[in-house]
Formats: sequence, structure tokens, C-alpha cells
Amino acid sequence: MRRWLADRWVMGVALLVLGYLTLPILVVAGLSFNRPSSRLSYDFNEFTLDNWARPCATADMCDAVVRSMEIGLIATVVSTVLGTLMAFALVRHGFRGRSGINGLIFLPMATPELVMGTSLLALFVAAGVPQGFWTIVIAHVMFCVSFVVVTVKARLAGMDRRLEEAAMDLYASEWQTFRRITLPLVLPGIVAAALLAFSLSFDDFIITNFNAGTTVTFPMYVWGAAQRGIPPQVNVIGTAMFVIALLLVGASSLRGRRARRAALAVLATPAGKP
Amino acid sequence: MAQEAPAGDLRLADVTKRFGVFTAVDDLSLTVPQGSFFALLGASGCGKTTTLRMIAGLEAPTSGRVLLGDRDITGLRPYKRPVNTVFQSYALFPHLDIHENVAFGLRRRGIRKVGEQVERMLALVQLDGYGRRRPAQLSGGQQQRVALARALINHPQMLLLDEPLGALDLKLRRQMQIELKRIQAEVGITFLHVTHDQEEAMWMADTVAVMNAGRIEQLGAPADIYEYPASPFVANFLGQSNLIEAEVSGHDADDLLVTGHGYRFATPLERARSRQGPVWLGVRPEKLHLVADRTRVPDGRNAVSGVLTDICYAGVSTEFLLRTAWGQEMSVFTANNDPDARLVPGVEVTAHWHPRHSFVLPRDDSAGDDADGSATRPGATGGGRADGSPADGGVGVPPQRLEAAT
Repeated sequence: MRRWLADRWVMGVALLVLGYLTLPILVVAGLSFNRPSSRLSYDFNEFTLDNWARPCATADMCDAVVRSMEIGLIATVVSTVLGTLMAFALVRHGFRGRSGINGLIFLPMATPELVMGTSLLALFVAAGVPQGFWTIVIAHVMFCVSFVVVTVKARLAGMDRRLEEAAMDLYASEWQTFRRITLPLVLPGIVAAALLAFSLSFDDFIITNFNAGTTVTFPMYVWGAAQRGIPPQVNVIGTAMFVIALLLVGASSLRGRRARRAALAVLATPAGKP
Repeated sequence: MAQEAPAGDLRLADVTKRFGVFTAVDDLSLTVPQGSFFALLGASGCGKTTTLRMIAGLEAPTSGRVLLGDRDITGLRPYKRPVNTVFQSYALFPHLDIHENVAFGLRRRGIRKVGEQVERMLALVQLDGYGRRRPAQLSGGQQQRVALARALINHPQMLLLDEPLGALDLKLRRQMQIELKRIQAEVGITFLHVTHDQEEAMWMADTVAVMNAGRIEQLGAPADIYEYPASPFVANFLGQSNLIEAEVSGHDADDLLVTGHGYRFATPLERARSRQGPVWLGVRPEKLHLVADRTRVPDGRNAVSGVLTDICYAGVSTEFLLRTAWGQEMSVFTANNDPDARLVPGVEVTAHWHPRHSFVLPRDDSAGDDADGSATRPGATGGGRADGSPADGGVGVPPQRLEAAT
């Protein structure tokens, strides 16, 4: 019996931690099927599919979701492009002040969001820029760029320069070398950076709240709704996003596993001489 | 004068490459004849890889010109040169399968139908049926052959090989050496092979250029370089040599006579690169014969006596170390066909050799060159049959000008 416990206590702790991490998400998922008894009630009252059938019953909420998606997409594209270019410059070119810029890149990640939010607001006010959709985009690009640079840089630094030399040696021009060798090899890093940027942008509240003006993003809507009673559709959006993220992760790991299995299959088949 | 060169010869004309203050390649001029298997041999940091990269176009010379046939290719981008490279680490594209790796060069030049050529090339390197695999699924030797196929499929005028066998184990390396020679004979393309492995260079190439500190010390057929090295560096980089400090004392009709440490040595005049002043008298270890009895040295042979300090049995041969009266350790290789039981450590022996096996190199007496302790002891005792006590611990190798050129 003691032996049995000794062998399994690590697993037991792991399950507890896993439960601690997933329980809040499961609650949200459960509440998305709830018909609340009153506006401010979070008790599970009655099972219903209404929330899923009409997620946009509360019109403001869906507007906010769409706005967050728009901001997220624009911020992702801009920060991914900028950040990737910066990563190439920082890894591939020696120039004065490179190490300084490398340090500067970490600043937005290390600075408390509250500080960034207020200082940006002060900047916009001082410059006379009206706050709204585009100030949110600017703010999001600013903090996303750092994460993109760091992610792409890591991938790029691990890449063998001789592969590019080999491509040039094999009649590929600079552009062809980039297109056929560099880009495909760095792409996983760029995609990861883009996904990270989108998720950072989509759920940012503090910085957004300072620079939003009258524009309402989804996190801001949820925050505001929490005072008056959260419509159950919020749980639908939350659950749907969680499931989509889960599917994406599952699909990518499945692809990896299938590629590995295919590789093993190739190895197993006898092909010509050794 | 360019007209004199046949169509495909590669010529380097006064090429220099500096990285900051470091001169990697120093005023190098070199001709690699079309169709030859040419080896650039040197220690790491001697400039051989830089030379190769300048030919490939991956590095621009600081000054000088690179010519292929009559064409000046000095300023040409790498992808405009009819030259392909097999990289030291192979540099196969990890995201492409073997077929696409090999087809890469053809596709970049706009050739659509590549299947048949790729198949033929994979067959040449004995990798038929491997087209759909990824580089990571192949062994080192197979990757090496893919790298070779990927370069050869373009029918370059010249193939550059940058230590292509360095990452392989000994047995595989032997196998690939034979295979590379076979392929070179089959396709007839000029191979320029960069290596630090003197055995590999001698084995494979028909011409070897020994590089040191950005310059070529000697160039020639492997046997010529080995039998008659041009400098102490070459004498000890390509195989081993026993080099004895000596002074020229005169000559007769055929032979140059030199004196060193009380011994007189004869060397045919045509094997002397210096006929006056301080010289190195050199002889290869396998040219020496050992006798326990000094009186049995045949007439007209050069001889040195000493005490046997070590005997290393290496299967095919045995290496004897002989310590001379002046403390130099001479190395003697003997084939293991008739071992002499009297040759044991501590015994006094005499090594002798035919004068035609010696060679004489100029010795630079300037300071620094003798920094390794083998400096002449003033008034060294004659005869050399003295007590054999370890003198000043000098070593037999001359200073190799191997300046920390890394």
C-alpha cells in the first residue's frame, strides 16, 4: 500500500494542479449552457442551448467581439511584419547600438502595463491625438512587436547561415534564397509570433482601457458588464475561443505526429542500397 | 598571357584576403589545371577555406583576381559562377527532401523536367530510391553523398570540396575517398579539395598545394613533395622528417657535404635547396636502417648514433625513437618483417641511410626560428657516440611556422 502511494503521489499532485488550471474554464463552459435565474446570478439554474443558438442576442457584445478581432488582426499583421524585419536586422546585421536596441526590445515586456497605459495616454493627449480605434491599434502594435522580435530572433539565430550560402552557390539569387530557404525555415517562428501577438492583443485590458476613448473592445465590454450582470453569451464567446485554440493546438501536434510517423514509415521500407 | 591557359583552368592571380588586421590569404597565385584533382592542404587557419570561398564567390578578395579560363570572375555573385561547392557540414536544406535538394540548382536555372537527371545523379552516388526522404533521416555518409550529387548535377566547371570527409569516421572516410576518386574520373570535372589531412590529400589528389599562413609553401605531385620537401614546414606537415642542424662544408662532383654535431653527411647536389651556410639535413623515418653494431654500417652511407629510448609497435611497422648525443630524438620506421631482437630500449644503435634519401633545406638562423630548444650547442662533441645522456631535451622537429593563425 505504501509502495502504491509512493509510486503514484506525483501523478496525484499533477492531477490536482491540472484540475486547478482547468476548473475555471470548465465553469465558464458550463455556464454557457445556463439560463440564469436573474441578471446577477451565477448559479447553475437550467440547461439551455439558447445562448449558443443566439450568441449575438446582446448586440453590443458582438460589436465588441468584432472590434477586438479587427484590432487584433491589424495589430498582428503590423507587429509581425515590423517585428520580423527587426529580428532580421538584429540577427543579421552588425550596426552601432545593436546591443542597446536588443535591451530596448525587452522594455515593453518588463514595464508594468499600468505604466505603459498611462504614459501612452499622456503622449496621445499631449500630441492631440483623439483616442479611439486607432490609438488602441498603435498601443497593441507597440507591445506585440517585442514578443514578435524575441520569438523570430530565436528561430533566426538557430538557423545555419551556410544553408543560404549553399543556396547561392546553387544558382539562387538573393531573393530566391530568401523565398526558398530563409523564409520556409523561419516561418514556424513567424507563425508562432503572430499567434502570440493576436492573443496578446485580443485579451489586453489595461493598456486598451487607457487609450480607447469611447471605443469598446471585448475585454472592456466584459469588464463593464460585470458591474451590471454578465450576459450568459459572454461564456459562449469564451468557451468558443477556448475550443478554437484547443483545436489549433491539437491540429498542429497531430500534424507533427503524422509527419514523424510518415518519416518512420519511410525508414522502415527497404529502399535500394544502404 | 591569358590566352595560354586552356579553357577551364582556374587561376588565382596575386589574391590577398584580409579580415581586419589578420591576413588570411597572402598574395596567393595558383593555377588549377582543368580536369585535375587538386588538393589544398594545410592546418586549420592557414587560409585554405578562405581561398575556396573566394573561388565560390562567398568571400570577396581584398585584392587580386580570380580567373576561370579567360573569364575574370572576381566580382561575380556566387550564383553567377559555374562552380559548385560541397560544404563541410553538407548544408543540406532540412525542409526539402533529397530529390528537391538535388534538383535545387537545376530548378533555380529554370529547368522544369528534372526527374530523370536527379535519378541518374542519385544512382551515381548510390542513393537510388532515397529521393523522398528528408536529410535528417540519412546517415552522415549518405548526407555527404547527397551534397555531392546536389553539386555535381549542375555540371559545374569546377567542384569545390571543403573538408567534405571531416565529419565521417575512419572507415567511411576511406570508402568515400575511393568513391570521390571514382566519381571524379567518371565525370572529369576539376575537383579542388580542401583538407587538413595530409594522408587524404596524398591519397586522392594528383597535385597537392601545401598552404601555411596564407601562402603556398610547396606545390606538386604528392610523391615529389614527400620525397623532396621545399621547407621544414612541408617536411613535417606532409609526413614526418628527421631534420638535423648542419653547415655546408663543401662538395664533390655529385654530392653536397654538410657537417652537423660532428657528423659528416652527403647529399646529392640535386637534392639540396641550399648550397651554403646553415642548413637542415633531412631524412624521412622509413628511409633509415638501424644496426646495433656500428662497424656494420655499409660504406658511403650517412649515419647517426644514439640510444634507443622508445619502441612503438604499430602492427604494420614499428617506430623506434633514437636519442642522439645532442638530445635530438630521431624517428625510425621499420617494417615488421624481420624484427631484430637486439633492438631494445637503452641499447646504443646506429641509424644509417643512403645519401640519395637525404635532402638539404636552407636554415634560417635568425632568432625565433630556433625557439624550440634544438639550437646548436656550441662545441658539440664529435662522434656522437658519447654517453647518450639526455642533453638539453631538444626535439627533432624544426620550428613549424604555425603562428597562431586561427
